[in-house]
Amino acid sequence: MDYSQFLSMQQEVSLLAVILLVFLADLFTCGRLERGEACALSEANGSTCGCRFRTFFPMVLLVLHTVLNLLPWCCEGCAQVCSGKEAFGGMYQSTPMMTIVKSVLNVGTVVVFLMAGNWLKRAENRIKENEFHLLVLFTLLGMYFMISSGHFLMFFIGLELASIPMTALVAYDKQRYESAEAGAKYILMALFSSALLLYGLSLIYGAAGTLYFDALPEKVSFSWLTVLGMLLFISGMGFKISLVPFHLWTADTYEGAPTVVTGYLSVISKGAAAFVLFTVLVKIFGAVDFVGVWNEAFFWLIIASITIANLFAIRQKNLKRFMAFSAISQAGYLVLGVMDGTAQGMTALVFYLLVYMAANLGAFAVMNVVEQNCGKIGLDDYDGLYQTNPKLAFLMTLCLFSLAGIPPFAGFFSKFFIFMAAFNAGHHLLVFIALVNTVISLYYYLLIVKAMYIKKSDAPIAAFRSDCGTRLALLICLAGVILFGLAGCIYSYIDSFSYGLK
Amino acid sequence: MDNILFLSSFVFVPLLMLLGLWLARNINQVRGVMVAGSVALLALAVYLVFAFLDARAADPLSEMLFTGAVTWFEPLHIKYAVGVDGISVAMLLLSAIIVFTGTFASWQLKPLTKEYFLWFTLLSMGVFGFFITVDMFTMFMFYEIALIPMYLLIGVWGSGRKEYSAMKLTLMLMGGSAFLMCGIFGIFYGAGGQTMNIIDIANHTGGAHAIDFAQQCIWFPMAFVGFGVLGALFPFHTWSPDGHASAPTAVSMLHAGVLMKLGGYGCFRIAMYLLPDAANELGWIFLILTGISVVYGAFSACVQTDLKYINAYSSVSHCGLVLFAILMLNNTACTGAVLQMLSHGLMTALFFALIGMIYGRTHTRDIRELSGLMKIMPFLAVCYVIAGLANLGLPGLSGFIAEMTIFVGSFENAETFYRVLTIAACSSIVITAVYILRLVGKILYGTCENEHHLALTDATWDERFSVICLILAVAGLGMAPLWVSDMITTGVAPVVEHIQNASHVVSQSNPFL
Repeated sequence: MDYSQFLSMQQEVSLLAVILLVFLADLFTCGRLERGEACALSEANGSTCGCRFRTFFPMVLLVLHTVLNLLPWCCEGCAQVCSGKEAFGGMYQSTPMMTIVKSVLNVGTVVVFLMAGNWLKRAENRIKENEFHLLVLFTLLGMYFMISSGHFLMFFIGLELASIPMTALVAYDKQRYESAEAGAKYILMALFSSALLLYGLSLIYGAAGTLYFDALPEKVSFSWLTVLGMLLFISGMGFKISLVPFHLWTADTYEGAPTVVTGYLSVISKGAAAFVLFTVLVKIFGAVDFVGVWNEAFFWLIIASITIANLFAIRQKNLKRFMAFSAISQAGYLVLGVMDGTAQGMTALVFYLLVYMAANLGAFAVMNVVEQNCGKIGLDDYDGLYQTNPKLAFLMTLCLFSLAGIPPFAGFFSKFFIFMAAFNAGHHLLVFIALVNTVISLYYYLLIVKAMYIKKSDAPIAAFRSDCGTRLALLICLAGVILFGLAGCIYSYIDSFSYGLK
Repeated sequence: MDNILFLSSFVFVPLLMLLGLWLARNINQVRGVMVAGSVALLALAVYLVFAFLDARAADPLSEMLFTGAVTWFEPLHIKYAVGVDGISVAMLLLSAIIVFTGTFASWQLKPLTKEYFLWFTLLSMGVFGFFITVDMFTMFMFYEIALIPMYLLIGVWGSGRKEYSAMKLTLMLMGGSAFLMCGIFGIFYGAGGQTMNIIDIANHTGGAHAIDFAQQCIWFPMAFVGFGVLGALFPFHTWSPDGHASAPTAVSMLHAGVLMKLGGYGCFRIAMYLLPDAANELGWIFLILTGISVVYGAFSACVQTDLKYINAYSSVSHCGLVLFAILMLNNTACTGAVLQMLSHGLMTALFFALIGMIYGRTHTRDIRELSGLMKIMPFLAVCYVIAGLANLGLPGLSGFIAEMTIFVGSFENAETFYRVLTIAACSSIVITAVYILRLVGKILYGTCENEHHLALTDATWDERFSVICLILAVAGLGMAPLWVSDMITTGVAPVVEHIQNASHVVSQSNPFL
């Protein structure tokens, strides 16, 4: 066996190393049972060194991993291999675009880790602090494999690796009834969607006789069998991205899961799935006949997702449910980039993902820190937030404006570009409907802004200082929300790789 | 590069103001930043007028002066491109005056003064940015930047049904920009998808080609309605009375004075200039709608009892006249349209400032409860009369110049259709006189019936200052209009010529021709 193949999987290998180190550190730093007491003791003594180490070690490693994989020498060093970077006979493929998406996911995960610090410090979570980091990193590894797969089985393994630890994360607050329920709902839905997807794959295998992405395009001919396979594949991915009508799990799961996990679920997991959906469709079903079919399917999926989610979001009183419906409608916009499978659409999609990550994680960071400090998550609880916590309210406003697509925040640019891509592909009516829907979405985002700035409350959220981790997370998100749009070079950089796909 | 920096300073100064406001620690620092910034903007605008006049004399042929471009989103052919012509210079001057006087009009504003000025400055940044760019993307971006602060400005600092009005205004304007965005995409891809630069698209340079006529007929209504919503085009004007009535004084001034002009300017510069064939073909539909705006707005103003509603409907009528004039498509009428934008901007700002000051004292805007104010607050009352006279078009004040030019220009179109519409629109002058004179008689003259009002004081120094500045501008424009109108004509002429020379000039679909 040629071990140099592993070198082309540098991202996965380095993430695996991170996971192992975190795992070992967890084993050897502190005895499992007395850990809680030790921390309490060390805090009482005024030194929180051991605790800090356990919180920051995974984060530092992940940052290191992100930076190493982003460094120019990494790209240039492998430039020769970049064009056709393959391993294990085509089971694994990697292109610069995939590297970018993986790095985007990395950054998002770092932000989630930063947000989580305070929550993990709670008495009931202390004992399982590192499990959180490990589970998140495992799902991330699953997404890596999903993104870089060159074979449907590889893809499926990646998908499962990304889903099953996710269930554990959703049910992380297992002593809370809602969290456990959300976990059960998530695993059942994930299994159901995997079954659909597998059935679709088996149909494709039956028709083509191979599951290699490289070989498939010539082998799949346009027939009812392959079209059905493709549609089942789209439905399976639709569950992951939570497009209407596959969205029914979303609101309950988002509400029940710990807020940090909800943030992770709504951005990282969704973004990876949307990107994979795009690449697989373009790679395998790029023939004109197929494109016509999936365009038609996405046309209705997008309209349904955006419209229904927007209408439901208006009536929500719990912010997490609210963000769930907001995330469904954002998924609809994200998938607009898939229409016709153009290079412009791919750039717009990845850019949208990046911007959405910054804005949505920012909003979740605010929600999380408020929930940790006051235990409040209802829309009415946010009345008068600006009076007591002006900075948090202001950051939340910026993130919401970005989600709604208001300039000069990055959301405006990403929405503009993704509409532009769909418009260029000729879907004028679809773009128009989506645009009208942005007005509805603006209405409900403004409801939160209204609560924070205009409404008065008898029992407002008390003023508090947020922890350093959250502050850093918010700072990163703020920088993203402002800079990603204004710095034109980011879009151009992504664009320069968007045809590295095929 | 120098041009870019020079024109961009209209955006940088508000940016610096935002930074200064963010750092400001007390109300005096906030006021200091605002005064310094708005004076700098006014100085810049005045300097720009003289620089522009010099440059125009040296170079009478190019459409835009002080042009420059920096690539922004290279793969999408989006540039940050700046340039000004006579129209935008006039608009920049207007905006600078309104921002300057608006600062003084909100001198006493409480609470959350700092936040108020932050959003106010963001709004003005959007307005200035809109007028300096010649790239559709940046223009649209600045347009939206100018819209969203309105929500918070009205929602937090407004009065009356402020939450309802703020939401209605924001959603209607954003609905308009949904249409507009479609229109912009249509123009961009219709012209080949190679450039977003307005001048290039209009002249088919820089990779752009002529837009197909059938496509123009789809995108023209989209773009026109998109901007028209902001220009209070009937039946999309309903946000305007509620929004103006609920907004705080300076926001009403800025909104009616400048923001509504973005609508007219955009209709002219994007919808009509870039889609000339469709403008000739379908303009008549919008001409009828704007005719309705003009007359309907004036009649509505007659039956209102709230001072701000009267003025808001009067704005619908006067802004309708702007759109009406640009659709007449000749030099005189279009010059009149820009003059009307200037004149309406100044006098409506004056009106709203005065109403705000009266309301601040009497705490009512209901004309049934006000009377005999002339004896109690003579300064404000006299200024109110002047504003009213400007509004109904008294010669010597700005309203007369603008309306006269518009109606003379409109009457130049010889077809019966245009003549009938012009005569109908002229009737708005009479109706305006009815409601203004009645209003002035009711609230200013006679005896004061409410004894609480007897103890009220006249204007303070900051109020007097802002009002006098506006009156000087209104009277200045009314007495010496020529230098402005000449400058405007140099900007209007190439655009009108471009539309008149379109391949498709006579409207086939108009049943009245």
